[in-house]
Amino acid sequence: MTDHALQLKSIQYRQKLLRYITEAGAGHTGGSLSCVDILNVLYNRIMNVSPDNFDQPDRDRYIQSKGHSVEALYVVLADQGFYPEAELETLCRYQSPFVGHPTRKVPGIEMNTGALGHGLPICVGLALAAKLDGARHRIFTLLGDGELAEGSNWEAAMSAAHYELDNLTAILDHNTLQITGHTHDVCSNEPVDEKFASFGWYVVSVDGHDLAALTEVLSAKPAAGKPTMVIANTVKGRGVSFMENVVSWHHGVPSPEQYEIAQAELTQAESTLLGQLN
Amino acid sequence: MSAPAPSLFSPAAQDVISRLGLKKGRANLEEFASTLQELAEQDRQILAVTSDSRGSGKLGPFGKALPQQIVEVGIAEQNLVGITAGLAAGEKKSFGVSPACFLTARALEQIKNDVCYSDVPATLIGISAGVSYGALGSTHHSLHDLAALRAIANITILVPADNFETREAIRAAASASHPVYVRFGKAVMFNLHTPATKFEVGKAIKLREGTDVAFIGTGETVIHCLLAAEKLSQEGIQSQVVSMHTIKPLDANAILEAGRECRAVVTVEEHSVHGGLGEACAGVLMQAGVAVPLRIVGFPDEDTVTGSQADIFRHYGVSMEGLAKTALELLENSGSLA
Ligand SMILES: Cc1ncc(C[n+]2csc(CCOP(=O)(O)OP(=O)(O)O)c2C)c(N)n1
Ligand SMILES: [Mg+2]
Repeated sequence: MTDHALQLKSIQYRQKLLRYITEAGAGHTGGSLSCVDILNVLYNRIMNVSPDNFDQPDRDRYIQSKGHSVEALYVVLADQGFYPEAELETLCRYQSPFVGHPTRKVPGIEMNTGALGHGLPICVGLALAAKLDGARHRIFTLLGDGELAEGSNWEAAMSAAHYELDNLTAILDHNTLQITGHTHDVCSNEPVDEKFASFGWYVVSVDGHDLAALTEVLSAKPAAGKPTMVIANTVKGRGVSFMENVVSWHHGVPSPEQYEIAQAELTQAESTLLGQLN
Repeated sequence: MSAPAPSLFSPAAQDVISRLGLKKGRANLEEFASTLQELAEQDRQILAVTSDSRGSGKLGPFGKALPQQIVEVGIAEQNLVGITAGLAAGEKKSFGVSPACFLTARALEQIKNDVCYSDVPATLIGISAGVSYGALGSTHHSLHDLAALRAIANITILVPADNFETREAIRAAASASHPVYVRFGKAVMFNLHTPATKFEVGKAIKLREGTDVAFIGTGETVIHCLLAAEKLSQEGIQSQVVSMHTIKPLDANAILEAGRECRAVVTVEEHSVHGGLGEACAGVLMQAGVAVPLRIVGFPDEDTVTGSQADIFRHYGVSMEGLAKTALELLENSGSLA
C-alpha cells in the first residue's frame, strides 16, 4: 500500500471513530486520535494477522494495553474485515459486543484490556511462549505514557530484558497528556527513553504520525536479544484542531456542532490529500 | 445525535417517586467531594490521595482550594494505597480516592497488609462503584469489592444509599481510628431520609415498616426497594425496607428482625450475588436458625451485559418492577402468598 493510500486510511479512520464515539455519546476521543496512525501502520503494513489466520498460532499478536482507545482499534479491525463496520453502530449500546474497552467478544481482539498496566506483562508471556516454541511471529503492545506509572510495566520491562525477548515490541503513545493534565505534572516518567534503555531495552524514537517513519522503525530487524521500545511522539487529539493537546478531550464527546466542524476539517484534509494524488 | 441516556426509573417508577414525595439530591460522588473538602478545611491533617482520579472523584475544587492537602500519585493504585497507608501511619488523616474497580482489585494486597493488618486509620474511597461506569465494561465494574473486603479482617465497609448517608459515612470515616472503605456511584440520588434520621455505623436504617416482605438493600439499589415496596402495597402486600449502609460490621439484629417479622426476604445489591450483602444476610439468618424464603438480587456469575448502569440494573431486575416481581414470585413459590 502506498504512503498516500495509508494516509487516506488514517483520515478515514479518524472520521469513523469520531462518528461512532459521537453516536454512542461516550468514548476516549483524544487517545484514539493519537494512536490511530500507529494502528494503521501495524495492521496495514507490519503485522501478519487477518481474519484468515486469526486461528493460527504463528500469527502476529497485538495487545492494546491502553485499552481505553478502543474506538481506534474497532474501526481498524472493521477495515481489516474482522466484522462489518455497521456493527459499530451498536457501540456501548445495550447488549452490544462492542464495549467501551477491548474484549475477546469482538473478533480480532486477543485479550481483554482496559485496566491499565496489564498489556506488557501479557506480551512478555506471549513472547516467551513464542520463544519456547521456536516460533518467529512478533508480539506488539501499545502503552499510554500516563499508564507507565503502573509498576507492573516496570516489572514486565525487567522480565522482557531478562528473557531477551527480541520478538517483543512495545510502542509508547507519547502524547504527554493523561486525564488530570500533563504527565510531567501528574507523575513524571522522563527521561523515558533512558529508563527503558537502562532496563536493557533497545529504544528508538519516532514521529508517531509519520506513517513512513513508523513503517521503517517497526519493520526494522530487532536488536538481537533485546526487546524494543518505540517511543512514538504523538499529539493527543491529532487531526482535529480544537482537540489537539487539550486535556479535556481525553474522554470528551463532540457536541453536534463540534462534530460537524471536526468532520469538515477531516474532509478538507482528505481533499487536499486526494488533490496531491492527482 | 447520540441516544439519550436511559433513565434508572421507568415512567411508572417516576410516578411512584412523585407519589412518595422523594426529592432529587445530587450524586453521592459530589456529596462526598464537598463533605471531604469541608472537613479538610477544618482539619489540615486530612489529605486526599489520588491516582489520576481527581476529576473522576470530583476533587478538582478540593485541589484548587487546598493544594497542600492533595497528593497525586499518577495511574498507580498499588502505590496509592501504600502511600495512603504510610501517610496514615505518619499521623495524617488520609483518604485514598480511586475508582472502586482498580482500588480494590489492583491494590488488594496493599489494602490487606498495609491498611487492614497494620491497622492504620486510613480511609479508602471507591468511586464509581458497582456498574456506575456502565458500558465501559467489566474492567471498570466492581462487583467483587464487598466480597474481597468482607474476607479481610479489620475494615469497616460503608455503602451509602443517598446524600445523607454519604455525608455521614465520610464524617464517620474522618473520625475513625481504624480502616474504612466507602463505595458509591455517580448517578444523581434521591433523598431517602427525614431530618430526624440518625446515622450510626453498623446500624441499619429501616425506611419502611411491613410484615409481608423485607427488602434489605444497600447503596444505590435502596431506592428501587422503596419503589417496589410502594408498588406492592397497591396490591395489598406490605414490605419493610432496610438500608444496610454498613456491610461490615453487619447489623445482624436488623437482619434477624426482618427475617422473623416477614414471610420473605429479598436482598438487593450492586455487586455479584457471590460474597456480598445477600450471602452475608443468608449466613446470619441460617446460623440463627431463622428459616425464611430468601432471594439474593445482584449480578449473576456471568459476563455482565453491555449497557449503561440503568440498562444493567433493568436487565438483572434491579428496578421497581423487577424487585416487585421477584418478591411476588418468592411469596408464591414458598406458598406464603396469603
Ligand atoms: C488501572 C487503571 N487505572 C485507572 C484507569 C482510568 N484511566 C483510563 S485512561 C487514563 C489515563 C491514561 O493516560 P495515558 O496512559 O497517557 O493514555 P492516553 O493519553 O494515550 O489516552 C486513566 C487514568 C484505568 N483504565 N486503569
Ligand atoms: Mg498520554
